[in-house]
Amino acid sequence: MTSNPVGFSHVALLEIKNVTHFFGGLRALCRLNLTLQGGELTGLIGPNGAGKTTVFNLVSGFYRPSEGRISFLGRDIKGLRPHQVTALGIARTFQSIRLWNSLSVFENLCVSQHHLLGYGFLRAVLRTSRFHASERRVKKTAEELMDLLELTGWAKELPKNLPYGLQRRVEIGRALSLKPRLLLLDEPAAGMNPGEVDRIIETIRWVRHRFKLTVLLIEHHMRVVMNVCEDIKVLDLGETIAEGRPDEIRQDPRVIQAYLGEEEPDHARGN
Amino acid sequence: MNMFLETFFQDLLNALQWGSFYALIALGYTMVYGVLLLINFAHGDIFMVGAYVGFFIASFLLGRNGSFPPGLPPAVVFCLTVTLTMVITSGVGIAIERIAYRPLRRKGASRLYLVITALMCGLILENGNLALLGASRRSFPELLSNTAYNIGGVTFTNVKVLVVLTTVLVFVVLETIVRKTRIGMAMRAISYDRMAVPLMGIPLDTVIVFTFVMGSSMAALAGVLFAIAYPVLDPYMGALVGWKAFIAAVLGGIGEIRGAIAGGFLLGFVEIFVAAFFPSTLRDLIAFSILLAFLSMRPTGIFGVARATKI
Amino acid sequence: MRKYAPILSYATLCTLIVAASQLGVLNGYVQLVIMYVGINIILSTSLNVVNGYMGEFSVGHAGFMAVGAYVASILNVMLFTESSTFGPPLLSPSSAIYLFPVTLIAGGTAAALAGLLVAVPSFKTRGDYLAIITLAVNYIVKSSVENIQPIGGARGFMGMRNVIDSMGKVLNLPWPMIWVFICVGLSVWIIHRLVNSTWGKGIVALRDDEIAAEIMSINTHRMKITAFMLSSGLAGIAGGLFAHVLGYINPGTFTIMKSTEALVMVYLGGMGSLSGSVISAIVFTLALEAFRPLGIIKWVVVPLLLILLMLFRPEGIMGQRELGDIFKRKVTGQGLGVGGDKRRPVTPNP
Repeated sequence: MTSNPVGFSHVALLEIKNVTHFFGGLRALCRLNLTLQGGELTGLIGPNGAGKTTVFNLVSGFYRPSEGRISFLGRDIKGLRPHQVTALGIARTFQSIRLWNSLSVFENLCVSQHHLLGYGFLRAVLRTSRFHASERRVKKTAEELMDLLELTGWAKELPKNLPYGLQRRVEIGRALSLKPRLLLLDEPAAGMNPGEVDRIIETIRWVRHRFKLTVLLIEHHMRVVMNVCEDIKVLDLGETIAEGRPDEIRQDPRVIQAYLGEEEPDHARGN
Repeated sequence: MNMFLETFFQDLLNALQWGSFYALIALGYTMVYGVLLLINFAHGDIFMVGAYVGFFIASFLLGRNGSFPPGLPPAVVFCLTVTLTMVITSGVGIAIERIAYRPLRRKGASRLYLVITALMCGLILENGNLALLGASRRSFPELLSNTAYNIGGVTFTNVKVLVVLTTVLVFVVLETIVRKTRIGMAMRAISYDRMAVPLMGIPLDTVIVFTFVMGSSMAALAGVLFAIAYPVLDPYMGALVGWKAFIAAVLGGIGEIRGAIAGGFLLGFVEIFVAAFFPSTLRDLIAFSILLAFLSMRPTGIFGVARATKI
Repeated sequence: MRKYAPILSYATLCTLIVAASQLGVLNGYVQLVIMYVGINIILSTSLNVVNGYMGEFSVGHAGFMAVGAYVASILNVMLFTESSTFGPPLLSPSSAIYLFPVTLIAGGTAAALAGLLVAVPSFKTRGDYLAIITLAVNYIVKSSVENIQPIGGARGFMGMRNVIDSMGKVLNLPWPMIWVFICVGLSVWIIHRLVNSTWGKGIVALRDDEIAAEIMSINTHRMKITAFMLSSGLAGIAGGLFAHVLGYINPGTFTIMKSTEALVMVYLGGMGSLSGSVISAIVFTLALEAFRPLGIIKWVVVPLLLILLMLFRPEGIMGQRELGDIFKRKVTGQGLGVGGDKRRPVTPNP
């Protein structure tokens, strides 16, 4: 599976510039600035309600930022619908698993490649050679992904019958099937026991290396964040309160204070 | 100009009356939807049942059938008819809930199955009526002598005034119940989170039965009043009026009592004023088109609250 | 060769029935019922695309049927027959036999365009609100037709019998039945191919989680438009066929009652099961005919049976499975449909 090499051009992969976002009267984000160069693995952390998932939703194109600009590979994504943003090369997973439960694991991985299909209604009905070529290609990608993520044994299962850890893997596989350049992972370790958490750390590292991805990660499991991220940005109540490398962040008094009152966000937490 | 004003106020009064029927029926739709998230498609036929039950009771009390001594003052007959009709029709509503909806709820069946069942219950009521009572239309006995007053060129009949005042009264009573009483609060709570309510110690079934009682009584009331105003009954009378009342409920924002009243009057206005300017065959068409346009712009209706989904 | 087995068996069955009709083995009533079955198959499978696979609640299917019925009928009567409304035929009556598919498709296309009236609002609204819109569209179509006097208004429109007769003059065969069989085969074939393609499975993804579908590169607007237009287009074709089987149509046929019939067939068969819709259309049509002697009681018994169905087997006849799944050795989760069965949770080693 090939993927475009990243980090060659001088244009940042993702640029969030002075983005402020309101939900009605509630300010979710205040003047956020974030730049990702190709190949980076950045973590986005902060207490609940800090605005992290809002960032993802803005980058995915699900919301339009109230103020500010988001650009991907130099292109402003304002006004694009989510599926168009995805087509540009951004894929994501969700905080709560959002797999399609009527479709098997294999089908989930196929259907997510929708914009790469290259055929539409007419060819689907007439079953032209282009249709067959597309189907072969898409199925091959899905099979390879299942193989790489060790999901082949569950190809025909419905996602809701799988244990949580496996479902998360399917979600990641689904995002990867789009051959993205930027991967947004929203709490990939949520709800996992320590063994699964280790596994997820491995997977993220390996996936990033194998597919040469840029990754932006939201997590509450500090072990994951500290072990995986090269760079961390801390949000609290919509504002950036710190950024830097893991060992810097770990000792930053503002970060510690923001988390004060929260339980120790480690394996003791269930979710 | 004076002529125009007269017609305008006449139309206004007619619209208020016509809208009152929609509002009363819409209340039942909206309350059941608020509590069960179910479009009770049988509700329009509850209205029809109310009209027919009222017919039989009124005929009986007036001495047409049976040997009940006639000679009761008309006001008493009227009140008795209305009250008994409301009680009996509520019974029908509760029976449907118990027999058809509750078992499905117990099983945790999807809402869609409940809606199909509701549609089927409606069909059973309509066609059961047709089968039992035959196709000949019934004529509602005259309970209230139809007196008309003429104020400033506008004709007020006592029936029209009664209908509108009743609706306003119903609105006030229901709003009070829903906002000020415990069971009313329970109704509102259920519409937000059905699982939490029993955990708070409120019996879910009781609240649901109460909701059906309220809704069916209002429909029955509408049925009797409608039959007094337009004394011809037929088994399918609930079907069209029912669908329109449902639309009124949605227009106003389904789940909200204010919405049912507002939507009912709005639909009444639209229909009467459209009929004033366009040939009557176009009335339904234009009314529905306006509805379509309105819903496209404001899908949750006048008072409806959009439930935002969290991603 | 095995791949063509279903198509061949269907073609054989149809040929046999047509031959039997031609030879008089099947009387007129039986032929009529068979054609109703076919029309209902098209109605129920097409509605299943929207209500089953896409998970919407469209309750106005009869409206699209009406559009197709009227457009096809008017075109045919105008082009191929002598009528009081339109005067002499514009084309030779004997060409009806070749051009009938064209007018039928024209009806279907008009109905598909009407489907846009519902598809576009569906971008923003879902569920119960969309149901109202479909209801309103059904009603608007019926009301509009009632108000167009040149085509008969509320009295109805006729003349289609002459169209069929002129086909018979060219080649003496039971044409309505033949057209019905062809259209049924095509409808089922098209829908089957659509929902078994990866592209078509996007419709199911839309139903299961629209937000995820949108963010996973599925152009949800395009999928919705496709599904709605296909569904209403096929309903329009069913309407055109219906008009020519009966020879006469009036707006009163295309009310909520008819839409309800289509709804019942979809839920009876199992949402999201194509074979389920086919089976339930057959069962439902035959049941209605079987209960005909009961008169109006029929419409009490049938709903009652359906309520019992909802109580004891709400997933319908087929649930989420297809006929093909039953004949496989192991029933796996491969079929499209509502995942509502009680499956043993799998516990693989993580």
